[in-house]
Amino acid sequence: MPLLKNGAVAADPWHKIVNGEALPPDGPVILPFERWRAERETLLGRNTPLGVRLSNTHSVAELEPDLDRLEVIELEFPKFTDGRAYSQARLLRERYGYKHELRAVGNVLHDQLLFMQRCGFDAFEMEKADPVTAWQAGTSAFSVFYQPTGDGRAPVERRRAAGAKAV
Amino acid sequence: MYAYDEYDQTFVEERVAQFRDQVRRRLSGELSETEFKPLRLTNGLYLQLHAYMLRVAIPYGTLSTRQLRRLGHIARKYDRGFGHFTTRQNIQFHWIKLEQTPDILAELAEVQMHGLQTSGNCIRNVTADQWAGVAADEIEDPRIWSEIIRQWSTLHPEFTFLPRKFKIAVTGSPNDRAAVKVHDIGLRMHKNDKGEIGFEVMVGGGLGRTPIIAKTIRDFLPKQHLLSYLEAILRVYNQFGRRDNIYKARIKILVHELGAARMAELVEAEWQQIKDGPLALSPDTVARIAAHFAPPAYADSPTFTPEFDALRLENAEFRRWLKANVAAHKRPGHAIVTVSLKPEGGVPGDMTADQMDAVADLADLHGMGEVRVTHSQNLVLPHIRRADLPALWRRLSELNLATSNINLVTDIIACPGLDYCALANARSIPVAQRITEKFNDLARVHDIGELKIKISGCINACGHHHVGHIGILGVDKNGEEFYQVTLGGSEELSASLGAIIGPALPADRIVDAVGNLVDTYVALRQDGERFLDTYRRVGIAPFKERLYAPA
Repeated sequence: MPLLKNGAVAADPWHKIVNGEALPPDGPVILPFERWRAERETLLGRNTPLGVRLSNTHSVAELEPDLDRLEVIELEFPKFTDGRAYSQARLLRERYGYKHELRAVGNVLHDQLLFMQRCGFDAFEMEKADPVTAWQAGTSAFSVFYQPTGDGRAPVERRRAAGAKAV
Repeated sequence: MYAYDEYDQTFVEERVAQFRDQVRRRLSGELSETEFKPLRLTNGLYLQLHAYMLRVAIPYGTLSTRQLRRLGHIARKYDRGFGHFTTRQNIQFHWIKLEQTPDILAELAEVQMHGLQTSGNCIRNVTADQWAGVAADEIEDPRIWSEIIRQWSTLHPEFTFLPRKFKIAVTGSPNDRAAVKVHDIGLRMHKNDKGEIGFEVMVGGGLGRTPIIAKTIRDFLPKQHLLSYLEAILRVYNQFGRRDNIYKARIKILVHELGAARMAELVEAEWQQIKDGPLALSPDTVARIAAHFAPPAYADSPTFTPEFDALRLENAEFRRWLKANVAAHKRPGHAIVTVSLKPEGGVPGDMTADQMDAVADLADLHGMGEVRVTHSQNLVLPHIRRADLPALWRRLSELNLATSNINLVTDIIACPGLDYCALANARSIPVAQRITEKFNDLARVHDIGELKIKISGCINACGHHHVGHIGILGVDKNGEEFYQVTLGGSEELSASLGAIIGPALPADRIVDAVGNLVDTYVALRQDGERFLDTYRRVGIAPFKERLYAPA
């Protein structure tokens, strides 16, 4: 499945461990959260990049102690209408200061990319045949944003205040 | 009233362009109906029994005359010459063609309107007291805070895929005209012991198949924290609200299952983390929004004129209209006028394009160019010079818009029902029409006094039957329309849910049943009692006994 980063299809060096699978001796791996929790001590001793896939029913606070060590966190959209991961993403970025890759997986569609980006996702696994076009259309549809979120876009109210000062 | 600036205008135009592309992808087959459905719904476009229905947002029920004329134009050009005002202060057009919707939305965007967030599992168009800014009993204008909420909730990236739809209502008066206790969040402005104004925050109210009155989770929220507190509630709901069962997904079920105290703890804990962050409202921001709602330039106007006095003396119907449809205004010499969309035999909330144009003309001539929509499906002219009341009444009478029945037995709320809606079990509109025909003597209607009848065509309760003094719910019994009657509901601050009186009645008995209930009340009432007061004093038994007595 294509991985989109910064609006382009990117190479994906990460190996996703499925339940019960033995870990390869080296190379970057993404583990299900339960596996991470069970084998955390051993995994932290591993000398390779680590990632975790967190379901949308878990609290992101459980990852707080390890956010410096994790280089990918995958959050799930089992259906695009299930929006729990939007809150998880904002909390990871804005409350816990997670800095590395935040990847949206599951039912990731064209018309939700902008919402995901605004909540802090920066990597997207999309089923779409032409993800780059979808990315461009999806993320450039709007130039005006009403909410302050951690994505760095200036909300309208800040632009208004700046305009008022400039006059 | 609020006027878009360049940012708001750019946003709404970008939204039209986005939807035009989505419709193009649908018509070309690139998008399936399954993929397209959530996209059209977030623009207010439903597929109903016979055609597409477009629901247009009227934020907190405020309309300029330019906007009202544009709605009339859309009714004429793209629909069948009328529109339907809803219990959420919106308007619906019921005979829309999919391929024309981008053009309709473009025409709406020109007058600062859209269909955004009138559907879908997002924060819906915020509603407020239709007398905001003019009511004599007002503590503070709820439109300022409604507009702040409108902007914050517009395409909120975190809260566009909630477990279920989410409705917020605001009142700034001790007399709640916005039914805040039957909303997902109800906000009531009041003064604390120190004389500061803030919000009582209520959550988890709602109707539908599980009607619940909202619980207070915070007695007093300082105004600058409004958005962070709302964000905290929504974040708790987004994470913990049920998604396994559509009928248990509203926040009322979460509040019910957790208990109000636990819900308050979760919200407070989240709020503590964000209350002093970027959502804190600066005085500059509030002042910038509040400036839009400064009172208009009222001219001095006498409270009475010779013409007014003479008409009042000679014309009983004008007197009744003054009593039922005209309310006290903050400003001396002015009045708030309710335009009844409930004429005898009419469809509650329906208005023709010609009537829309005519009311816009009247609002420009007599009322500072402003119109409001009420949740009881009427319109309000909020700034009428009292000296103009006779002329206004005459013209409204010619337009069949002056029925003197506000809050009386024929001021019925009804959902579109089986005449339009794919979910309905029974028709609502013909029942409402027949009740207005039965009670067509306005002297008698006034003698009966305040009586709110609310009719829903199915258990989803769009007609608010649970909070009707008399509630009527359409049910299907082996393919036949039956109606279940509830008594004693109320949506005011002393809110209550109606009690079922007995077995459902067939369609040919429902109107006589309402007559029977009214007769029982009239026979039992004591001095000055409204229907609801008598019901609360005597209980359901006497009503039940007479309604089901053998003929």
